[in-house]
Parts: sequence; structure tokens; C-alpha cells
Amino acid sequence: MTEPLLQVDDLVVHYPAGRKRVVHAVDGVSLTVAPGEFVALVGESGCGKTTTAQAIMRMAKVTAGTITYSGCDITTFSQREMRPIRHEMQLIFQDPYESLDPRFRVRDTVIEPLQIHGVTDNREERVRAALERAGLTPAELYIDRYPHELSGGQRQRVSIAASLVLEPTMLLADEPVSMLDVSVRAGILGLLEELRKSGLGILMITHDLSTAAHYANRICVMYLGRVVEEGPAHEVIRNPQHPYTKALVSVVPQPDPDRATKPQILQGETPNPVNVPSGCRFHPRCPVAEARCQNEDPQLRPAGGDGQQAACLLI
Amino acid sequence: MTPVLVIEGLHVWFELPNHKELHAVKGISFELEPGERLGLVGESGCGKTTAILAMMGLLPPTASAAGKIILDGDDILAGGDTTMRPHRWKDISMVFQGAMNAFDPVKTIGSQIQEPIVKAKLAEGKAARLRTAELLELVGISGSRQDRYPHEFSGGMRQRAAIAMALACDPKVLLADEPTTALDVMVQAQILKLLVQLTDDLGLAMIMVTHDLPLVSQVCTRAAVMYAGEIAEIGTTHDLYHKPLHPYTRMLFSATPDLLAEQTVRSIPGAPPRLDQPLVGCPFQPRCDSALTVCASEAAPLRTGPDGHRAYCHLKDTA
Repeated sequence: MTEPLLQVDDLVVHYPAGRKRVVHAVDGVSLTVAPGEFVALVGESGCGKTTTAQAIMRMAKVTAGTITYSGCDITTFSQREMRPIRHEMQLIFQDPYESLDPRFRVRDTVIEPLQIHGVTDNREERVRAALERAGLTPAELYIDRYPHELSGGQRQRVSIAASLVLEPTMLLADEPVSMLDVSVRAGILGLLEELRKSGLGILMITHDLSTAAHYANRICVMYLGRVVEEGPAHEVIRNPQHPYTKALVSVVPQPDPDRATKPQILQGETPNPVNVPSGCRFHPRCPVAEARCQNEDPQLRPAGGDGQQAACLLI
Repeated sequence: MTPVLVIEGLHVWFELPNHKELHAVKGISFELEPGERLGLVGESGCGKTTAILAMMGLLPPTASAAGKIILDGDDILAGGDTTMRPHRWKDISMVFQGAMNAFDPVKTIGSQIQEPIVKAKLAEGKAARLRTAELLELVGISGSRQDRYPHEFSGGMRQRAAIAMALACDPKVLLADEPTTALDVMVQAQILKLLVQLTDDLGLAMIMVTHDLPLVSQVCTRAAVMYAGEIAEIGTTHDLYHKPLHPYTRMLFSATPDLLAEQTVRSIPGAPPRLDQPLVGCPFQPRCDSALTVCASEAAPLRTGPDGHRAYCHLKDTA
């Protein structure tokens, strides 16, 4: 296996919530992203997937654990030390309507990272190359436009071009298509897939299992600050091991109305990360929980197919 | 069965500041049987929300509507607000998009659900409280929680409360605009199950507006696919998925990732047309993968199939 680009070990991010209470936003997450690998981090709101991404970008304070990028421990890097890392690891935001400055032409948006990182040579060429790489071809057609002259899909491509202009080795995409119309989503995701094939590592945060199933090589399923299952996308979707993943997969609506589905609907909602349940944190909602699940905290261990792991005592 | 709601040639125009007009809904027609669940799907800007706002008589002042909205045999659009008002909330009711975030934070959930009950003079005082408790129980929330404030409810519970509020006056038709959009998959599954249960138990007819085809396949028996203000195709969800007559329907399904199928997901090139200019030919023609020469110049004819399957398309064979 190739050396991972990004390696997160036992990451913990806690926030104070007043009166000595603590929000356990991320509570021991480990994951890796290799070059040319597309990893999806899936889970419901509040499971800690965005906090994990923020910690990786060092936009959230890490309580414990380590984050290694290209073999370099960046966990305690200062903002200044992070600069060259940010050159390598770029973010793609969720909302292409909010993330582009309406007064900036496409050129200004895409050139800005070059200015910030002090890249002075061949700026115009780099901008054009980035636009074309993001599927805005020919670049001349788009380079002088304002965001309001572009569709949602095109805006997201501009935003991706701005991430690509520094020629990063990894992209971190937080719900990159959730604000876009169904008809253009596949285009953006296909673009991410192309970039992966060209050797970039991609970590995508999403709540949409179907998207993860189609585009990711590996899926990590998060619940209440932990990865409860991870493995090859195909295995996690077709052969889920953890009761939470099984339930999640079962409730995804299917386009064929005749396909028999047995949705296994869990009661209630994800508990508040201030009061994490004892033992297995999923036990209060788990349909198959036993007495020992209240006391023992399960760790990820091999289960199911090759390279698949789940954190459940009953496997 | 006599349909509870008949929409006949419904048009909606918006007046634009530059004396132009935007033709948002272009003569759509369909029927809704009692207890039926109909999906209204399409991309943003296709006119689906405008259409159901017209059915509620809640269009903004810059909009004008024409056509017929026949509720239980009476055209309620004919007399404008005078004929709309007696039916609004009582016979035809709506759960707005983002309704769960629209509760007044300084009033209790119960007092907000009571408002339409008291306004419609259905009950007062203690009786109104009782009715509120009953409504909350109906959507799976303990009636004793009616004195709680919105912030004490989770997103899923607020959405249930919004549904309870829409049911306050015992309507015959429920219009639900993206009822699960901001919710997590598991909560979404809970709310969809609730909507199916409510329509089954109360004999309530529902129109569900969404951009999400799989949701419609799961919940509705029939669906209308809207494009550029028109109904491109309407039929049973089975026929739409297995035997679409309109390429747009087929292309929308192939743009939607299917959890368990390995088929390639394909986006639809281009974007929907602007509706402030007159369109010639089939509005989908520039994006269509099977367009003929005639599609660019002539309006698409009606094609029909069994079970009320209708589509507007020049193609002769299945899409």
C-alpha cells in the first residue's frame, strides 16, 4: 500500500460547554487517505464529521491524538507553520452561492490563493489551467464572468478551480454537492473522481450514503464522535456489519418503487454529545443491544469483508 | 372515486420590475383522489412550489393566477381570496419548506398549534388545548409537551409539530413542500413513515413537493415531473421509473445515485431555460439526449399510456 497522505490517529476534539460540561465532538477518530484514494466520511448531523475536517485543517483545536500529513506531524503546528500544508491540502466548501465573492470575477477568485501563497510566476496560465481542469472549458468563456452570471454547478466548479490552482495533493470536500440540483451533482462528483484518478487524495464529508457508495473507494461511518464502521465502499454498503450502518443503509430511499425495502427505523435522534452514553455509545438506540453493551466500549476490529472494520461487541 | 382536487390549466405569472413577466407555471392539469399521495418533482425553479402556493391562495401580490382549482366540485380560484379563504387551512393545508424553523421562539409549541384552531372557531380554551394534545399525539409527540418552547424540541420533533399544525383544522388535502429536506436520513425515514401513516389513517390526500426522486418512489403512488413550468410527465411511480415516456424523467433518474445499483450516474448537461422569455418548441430540447429536429420548433404533443400516464414529447417510442 502506498504511504498515506493523511493519517489521523485517535483524534479527540472536545469543546467546553460551560459548568464543567464538555461537548465530545470528536472522540477518538482514526482514518487515512492515500494518494489516489477517495474516502467518504458519512454520518448524521452532529456526529462530528465536520469537526474532524476542521481539526485536520487545524481550524479546530485538537484536544488529543495526532494528525500526520505526508509523514509530517502537524497536530501542534502554528498557523504560520500550517501555511505550506494548506498549499498542499485544499478545502472545497458546501455552498457555492456563499463561498464566492459576488464582486470578484472568476479570475480574481481563482487567482487569490496564488496571491496569498506568494506564487508570482505564470499566474494567468495557472488560473486558466485550473479552470479547465475543473471542467470550465474553454477558460476564456468563464474567466471574466461574475458569480451571478454562472449556474450553481459552474460556481462550484469555480470554487474547485480555486482549490486546484495551487496544485494540491489532497482535497477536503465538505458536502460538495448538497446545495446543487440533482441534474448537475453527478458532474461535480465525476470531476472529483477524475481528480482522484489523477492522483489526488480526496476526503469527502457527506450525509448521503448513495453518493458515498457511488464515488468513494472507502467509507467511514461516524456516530457520535466515533468511526463505528469503515472499509471498502462496496462492502460497507452491501455487507454492513455494525447495527447502525445496517439501519442507515436500510432507510436510504430507493428510486425503484417496486424494490422491496425493509426500513429499519431507529427511534429518537442522535444523543447530545455532552452526555455520551456509557459503554457502546450506540446502545440506547441499538435494536440488538445486550446488557454488556452498557458497560463495554467497543473498538474497531476486523469484521465482514477484506479491510472492513466495525466497533461492535456483538460481532 | 371523485377526485378531491382537480387542477385545470393552472397558470401563474410574476410581474417583474422591468414590465416583463415571468411565466412560472404554464397551464398544468392533474387530479388528486382522496387519500392519494402524489409527488411533484423537478429541479429548482421549475414551478413546483409556485404551483402549490397558488393552490393555497398564498402567492405574493406580484403574482397572478389563472385556470381552475376545483376542490370538491367548486372552483376556489374563481373568486380570488374571497373563495380561497374559507378553504385555506380547513380543506387544503400546507407544511411549508423549513416549517420546523418557522416557529416563533418565544411562544410555546402548543399555543402556536392552537392559533388556527381558535381562528377557525373550531374550539376555544380547554377544548382547544385538548385538540392540540390530540394533534401532537397523532404525530407521535406526547400531548403533555404542548407547553414546551421550540428550542426544547429537536429538528425532527419540530417538523412533526409543523405537520400537526397543518392538520389542526382537519383538512382533506395536505400540501407538503420538501418536508424532509433539512433532516437527517433516519429522521427523514421517521417523518416519511408518519406522512404515509397519516394519509392512510385519515384518508388525507397529499401532494409532496421535492427534488428527490427516490423519496417520491418510496412515498407516492403517482408523480408529476415538472420542467420549466410545465408537467413534462405524469404517471404512477412504477411507470415513471420502469417505462418513462419523457427523456427528462429518464435522465433525472440516471442523474440520481442509486445506493444498490452500479449503473453510472450521469448529469444532465446545461441548465433549465429562463422563464421571462417566450420559449419555442420543447423547453427540454437543448438538454435532451434524444431530441429530434422538430423538437426545436414545435411544441411537444401529448403522449398517453395506460393508468393515466401522460407526457409531452415528440418521441414515438419509450424514452
